[in-house]
Amino acid sequence: MTGKITNIETMGSADGPGIRLVLFLSGCKLRCLYCHNPETWNMSGFRQEITSEEVLTKYNKYKVYYGANGGVTFSGGEPLLQSEFVLNTIKLLKQNNIHTAIDTAGVGENYDEILQLVDLVILDVKAVDEVEYKMITGRDMADFNQFVAKCNNLNKKLWLRQVIVPNVNDDEHHILKLKQFASTLNNVERIELLPYHSMAKSKYAELGIKYRLDTTPNMDKDRCKQLEKMLK
Amino acid sequence: MNTTNEWKGFKGENWKNNIDVASFIASNFTEYKGNDDFLAPISFKTKEVWSKCEKLLEKENKNGGCLDVETNILSGITAFAPGYIDKKNEVIFGLQTDKPLKRIVNMYGGTRVALKALEAHNYELNKDTLKHFTTYRKTHNEGVFDAYTPAIRRARKNGLLTGLPDGYGRGRIIGDYRRVALYGIDRLIEEKKKDLLSEEIDALNLEEGIRIREEVSEQIRALEDIKTMANSYGFDLSRPAQNASEAIQWVYFAYLAGAKENNGAATSIGRNSTFFDIYIQRDLENGILTEEQAQELIDQYVIKLRLIRHLRTPDYDELFAGDPTWVTETIAGMLDEDKSLTTKTSFRLLHTLINLNPSAEPNLTVLWAKGLPENFKRYCAKISIKTDSIQYEGDDTMRPLYGNDYAIACCVSAMRQGKQMQFFGARCNLAKTLLYAINGGIDEKSGLQVIKGVDINTEEVLTYKKVRKDYSNMIKKVAKIYVDANNIIHYMHDKYAYEASQMALHDTVVERLMAFGIAGFSSAVDSLSAIKYAKVKPIRDENGVAIDFEIDGDFPKYGNDDDRVDKLATELVQEFFDAIKVHKLYRNATPTLSLLTITSNVMYGQKTGATPDGRKAGEAFAPGANPMHGRDCTGALNSLNSVAKIKYENCCQDGVSNTFSIVPSALGNNEEEQINNLVSILDGYFIQGAQHINVNVLNRDLLIDAMNNPWKYPNLTIRVSGYAVNFNKLDRAHQEEVINRTFHEKK
Repeated sequence: MTGKITNIETMGSADGPGIRLVLFLSGCKLRCLYCHNPETWNMSGFRQEITSEEVLTKYNKYKVYYGANGGVTFSGGEPLLQSEFVLNTIKLLKQNNIHTAIDTAGVGENYDEILQLVDLVILDVKAVDEVEYKMITGRDMADFNQFVAKCNNLNKKLWLRQVIVPNVNDDEHHILKLKQFASTLNNVERIELLPYHSMAKSKYAELGIKYRLDTTPNMDKDRCKQLEKMLK
Repeated sequence: MNTTNEWKGFKGENWKNNIDVASFIASNFTEYKGNDDFLAPISFKTKEVWSKCEKLLEKENKNGGCLDVETNILSGITAFAPGYIDKKNEVIFGLQTDKPLKRIVNMYGGTRVALKALEAHNYELNKDTLKHFTTYRKTHNEGVFDAYTPAIRRARKNGLLTGLPDGYGRGRIIGDYRRVALYGIDRLIEEKKKDLLSEEIDALNLEEGIRIREEVSEQIRALEDIKTMANSYGFDLSRPAQNASEAIQWVYFAYLAGAKENNGAATSIGRNSTFFDIYIQRDLENGILTEEQAQELIDQYVIKLRLIRHLRTPDYDELFAGDPTWVTETIAGMLDEDKSLTTKTSFRLLHTLINLNPSAEPNLTVLWAKGLPENFKRYCAKISIKTDSIQYEGDDTMRPLYGNDYAIACCVSAMRQGKQMQFFGARCNLAKTLLYAINGGIDEKSGLQVIKGVDINTEEVLTYKKVRKDYSNMIKKVAKIYVDANNIIHYMHDKYAYEASQMALHDTVVERLMAFGIAGFSSAVDSLSAIKYAKVKPIRDENGVAIDFEIDGDFPKYGNDDDRVDKLATELVQEFFDAIKVHKLYRNATPTLSLLTITSNVMYGQKTGATPDGRKAGEAFAPGANPMHGRDCTGALNSLNSVAKIKYENCCQDGVSNTFSIVPSALGNNEEEQINNLVSILDGYFIQGAQHINVNVLNRDLLIDAMNNPWKYPNLTIRVSGYAVNFNKLDRAHQEEVINRTFHEKK
């Protein structure tokens, strides 16, 4: 059983607590306007296959840097589309007392056991209303809603994230709606707003995919910080 | 001697009977595990003094980097009248000359070099002095050239050996300046007089015995001179310091004497913060000092260290960019496995970077250890992220070899304070050595036969086996020349430019280390890897000398935690050290080796032709032990892991320097995370037995902006290979080299 991945970040500092090994898994059902990893959309676009044991070996190679707070994060793409690999790997990592996290949009398959085992769910909340969700991701909200309900039932520790895009969701009204959504969840440890940037544009050109936010400016980082304060 | 007052409240007996500062510290210091909440802001007096200095520093900068030179008086401990910045607001006194930033002419190193430096800044030396040195007195530089062999001259001229201290002060000697504060100078003189009569010296062989007697007599005179100099400022150093203010003042005067007497490249000050803390703590407990006053003393001590200057030539500046003095102050570290030497004054010293803004000098060096208090680690990381002005060195790596009272000279050179000194030996260009192995000892730039008795390689495609064998042979030949050069240099330096005041603050029988170094390391290693794993075809000129290389295929590159090439790296260091240590060294010195280029990697690169790793002719080398720019492309941790593999103990024991640049966002989303993660990285790096890291947390864009708009960033300090510099003081070539270095970014 191997995982199909596009990349490994050995010094991940943005996807979970501490310094982490971050695996970017291939495959995603969503086609978000601002996606900065379009190379992960198709499962067949993977660059490397990796076994659970290899993930552990890799982790051990850098574990002196990861210290007590770090761990492994499964990101992507949508890690919950390779559930068997992710589950096997999480099991192996847990046996070795390694902290695990999934960075997910909640649109996956057969992930119940993963949800029970994983230490942290970093949940990318694309939008909290149906129309906007569809506009950003190209899909309806049913899978996402089901995932959220399951997290709530398990009392899963959550970090919520939302990408803030100018003229899409960068107003206070949107932020208050997000806050309202967060208040319906049991165990939210953190909410982060990620300012949209256009750095992935060149990847789209390479892949021959049309970039749909061509005329959208980068999100102002300070403004994003200000909005984040509203969530506290 | 009656020392009831000075030593009141101090515990322990050993240090009273023998000169033993380490035992005094162990018996009396108070470890501090708390946070930085107690720190005091800049005082009114310090603000006054520092603002005057800032104006002078600006003026110096506008004046082409040199404010003033004293041309009538020569270097010497008692040569200059007392000088002040703002007498009524100063609390620590003493300047090198009678005015701040006025530089000293030192002729003992070499007349030509001193004159060149004066000429570069449009000054003329007093005629009588000039006549004295050109007519009656011989200098270090002349002595060296009387003894240099033709082979050394060729190696030097062609950039195989560069930066040798044959025309400037060798530096790297740290007097144990704390001895002056703890014992007073009279006691130290008494001990030196006893040494003159000791059986140990009597038993030495004829020449060494005579020489030590002469040196100790000079040391005693220098100690008397330090008293005289301090007296001119109104202080009596014959007795021990009575309080914190005196302890800092005494140490500074002792250091200052060395900076008046010599112009050593790196004149480091030792490991003083924990020593000072004992006095500060006693005064605080006795209610005669407040926290504000304690910080004021440390701030003003640091101001004085920031003003140390030496007169340099343009050649020297090209080698060591940014007018560095390496007033390295070593901070924290461990007493033993369980207890750290961290004190409140360790914090106070780093806090000067906030109170007085970031600065390149003094070169603040934290001895990092697993057991340092968490709060202190976090404080260091916080100040690093804010100021880029701290370097870190692995105490758990060095302490087993140097004990718990060593200090760092220059950038990475450890030595036991007062017990070891170093003969600084600059560096040998191992990338050029590889080219010589391929080109039969002919220099690829000058076309001259530098090394004789070797065959030229005529292979169409270089084979690893042959090149490696020829390289080993060449390394042996070059090592011999390199050792000869250093033996001559230090023989002459001792003879013509002896550092009496600094050596007076060492034990009379001292261990000497002779520090050799490597430049062009990662280029040499990657070249070997290219020859081994890819196809390398030399492009030869009409004389059969390879002036460029065609590389077909990929090869593993140093800096990616890939053992295929990292093994070549560790082997090369070991081999070079082995080639050095077979030779006899002057005064039975112990050989050491470093991977440290400071900024000379730029100049060394300029003097070296294209190398088989694909580096173009003239392109800068990577500094120190760093992977070549842009080749450590598989992540920051891989880069660190590769460097951490270089063996320190009994191999690269004079230091393995790594300069690490990272953009803030790659460290974490907010300050708290960035601090935590930087602590984790440092812990992880040093746990593997690594020795040194410079940390720069900055954006490449900011540096490009600073290069184009220097006025916007007057205090932009960055760490460059073992020391910090003001970015604006670097020339364009060095600025570009820093910008081209690998920045570790989030993918």
